[in-house]
Amino acid sequence: MNRASLVFLGAFLALLLSWAALPFGNARGYGGLAAHVDDTENKAYPARIAGPAARGALVYADLGCAYCHTQQVRGDADGADVARHWGERQSYAREYIREPRVLLGALRAGPDLRNVGARYNTADAAERLYKLLYNPAADNQTALMPQHAFLFEQRSLEGRQPSANALKVSSVRSGFELVPTERAESLVAYLLSLKDTYDYPEEKRLNTPPAPKKEGSHQASEPKPAAAKPAEAPKK
Amino acid sequence: MSAAPEHSSARPPAAEAAAIDASIRVPVLVLLGFAVFWLLGATALGLAAAIKLHTPSFLAQCEFLTYGRVYPAALNAFAWGWGVNAGLAVALWLMARLARATLPGAGLLTVAAVAWNVGVKLGVLGILAGWSSSVTWLEMPRHLMPFLLVVFTLIAAWIVGLLRRGASPRLYASQWWLLSALFWLPWVWSAAGAMLFLAPVRGTVQSVVAAWFGHNFLALWFAPLALAVIYYLLPKLLGRPIRAYWLAPLAFWSYAVFTTWAGAARLAGAPVPAWTPAAGEVACFILTLPLVVIAVNLFGPLLGNLAALRSSVVLRFAAVAAFCFTLSTLRLAFTALPGVAEITRLTWFDTASDYAVLYGEFSFAMFAAAYYLAPRLVLRPWWSASLINAHFCLSFTGHVIAMFALTVGGWIQGQELADGKIPFAAVAAHTLPWLQAATLGGLLLAIGHLAFAVNLVKLVLCPQHRAASAAAPVPASAFSAPELEQAPAP
Ligand code: HEC
Repeated sequence: MNRASLVFLGAFLALLLSWAALPFGNARGYGGLAAHVDDTENKAYPARIAGPAARGALVYADLGCAYCHTQQVRGDADGADVARHWGERQSYAREYIREPRVLLGALRAGPDLRNVGARYNTADAAERLYKLLYNPAADNQTALMPQHAFLFEQRSLEGRQPSANALKVSSVRSGFELVPTERAESLVAYLLSLKDTYDYPEEKRLNTPPAPKKEGSHQASEPKPAAAKPAEAPKK
Repeated sequence: MSAAPEHSSARPPAAEAAAIDASIRVPVLVLLGFAVFWLLGATALGLAAAIKLHTPSFLAQCEFLTYGRVYPAALNAFAWGWGVNAGLAVALWLMARLARATLPGAGLLTVAAVAWNVGVKLGVLGILAGWSSSVTWLEMPRHLMPFLLVVFTLIAAWIVGLLRRGASPRLYASQWWLLSALFWLPWVWSAAGAMLFLAPVRGTVQSVVAAWFGHNFLALWFAPLALAVIYYLLPKLLGRPIRAYWLAPLAFWSYAVFTTWAGAARLAGAPVPAWTPAAGEVACFILTLPLVVIAVNLFGPLLGNLAALRSSVVLRFAAVAAFCFTLSTLRLAFTALPGVAEITRLTWFDTASDYAVLYGEFSFAMFAAAYYLAPRLVLRPWWSASLINAHFCLSFTGHVIAMFALTVGGWIQGQELADGKIPFAAVAAHTLPWLQAATLGGLLLAIGHLAFAVNLVKLVLCPQHRAASAAAPVPASAFSAPELEQAPAP
């Protein structure tokens, strides 16, 4: 054969080239990036995501929060994310290695959520997030975030004590209470877990995403000298 | 590759053309019917999503209609429903015509088409029901993916197989684009599926894979199909050859080599190695090379006969598609400029760039092809010429409004986001009027699509229309593909 075979071969090779560099090359380059063990704290970063937060990540995906919210803090060269207090610094690739499904997001119709757990750090943080999910317009007339009232259920109070986690909202009929479903609880646990407050010594030194070098993964898993303990900057 | 101008393509006797058309009639019409069904479904879902963006209380109570589900459902219905069905219908028709081959096993192919659509339907319902993976274009429940991939590959292989049966010794520019698109989609799709779902790569490598797939889905399926149609129809309808046809292979190969990298440009500023978006940005610039060649190829004949635009609505659709190809490639290069990416990334501007490919480029080309081929397949004229004109005006105006709104609105959004002193609530509030304008554009598209659907249903199924056409038969030459008999103007 002939010209058609040539077209096929060429088409195959053209795509192969970009595949070898981008998906495959990056998977080889930093797909093996390991967690950083902090000797002084005797902890590995990023922490493992477990329990309700892990289930919440699935809720986050199935409700499509990522179509309006990003989870990537860009450095000062790429925008005002830090000035907006969306993070203290740009996000590092290492911070995502434990996530089964990485959703960086492609559109910022809403604020970046990479550090939402650091912004919601008061005792009533969960309550505030529940209220936001239930009705974002409650204290903000122009809210554009959609309601997720279906993540809550109204329960009759007849013959029962009010639940501890019932929402204090005025729109509930008397004799009823409004409680988050298990999915809402997982989602909020997930949101509260989103905080990249640990500063990784290696990335801090480079302050750029890791270059695609193979040794990176080995280096990273080696214990760092105690002197490298990062200054854990207090959140505002 | 053959250096013969497109228009002197397959010129079999009318009997041969009739036999070819008869062999592909059922599968092409079935695919086209499904395509239009999905177009309407995607339009309805997309319109609901667009309204929700500025009026969040709209349909807010049902979980399955929440924005984060309706929007991906609309995207998937559009891409895998409209995009793939229309693309396959047109690919089948064009390939049979250009290769001069009759289709064997039309019945089986039709069954495969039905299977594809059952799969997509389950997928879209799955997204609405909460099985979405939230990976753009690959949201459909992952267990459906192998099934869909196999069905698609079978259909694609069948169409490619026409080449071997064909009587035509030539391979035209349209066919390079068709062949590679039919081959590229299963290739990127299976690679991305494997790396995201089967054996997921770790961390933000997933984002690299997703960006690579996201761009290539548009650039290696939607854009090549549009180009195949434009390369076929423009010279045919204008009666003029492609200008500098000998350059067309250069455009094809440079496009193939560089567009495959361009998706990485979307990752500017993301936590991935810096060389990745940089490589994508370089590729975006280089893409202006195939753009220039393609523009010379296509606009050469068009500019020589602008008057033809007035008389042929098919030509108008095809010309808009060619124009939007130019525009969307320029947008890619523009957003790769230093200083621009920081503004447009993660805003409506970049989303609009995707819509330019999906709608302006691809859908307009598919409309052109559908208006051209359907009457030739059923040997009847369209039910209503004014509905065709209405469709063109509505789709054109709607697309221009939506593109303008999202482009300008996205640019403002990006500039304000880059200024940390403007509170986020204000940034979001300032996008509102633009989002409302985009909804208006979407509404016009919806009405246009209805006109298209009604006309197609009437053309193929309406007994009165059939009887009327039989009573006043149009000379066979009008539909048995005049292009086969007419010698093109030198
Ligand atoms: C249609 C787009 C949209 C979708 C979908 C969406 N949001 Fe939002 N979100 C917003 C907007 C806009 C804001 C900013 C406040 C406002 O205008 O309501 C926001 C604000 C937030 C905030 C407060 C952030 C802060 O810094 O105070 C959180 C938390 C949040 N959203 C979580 C979610 C979660 C979880 C989901 C998925 C269940 C979700 N959002 C889905 C648009 C959206």
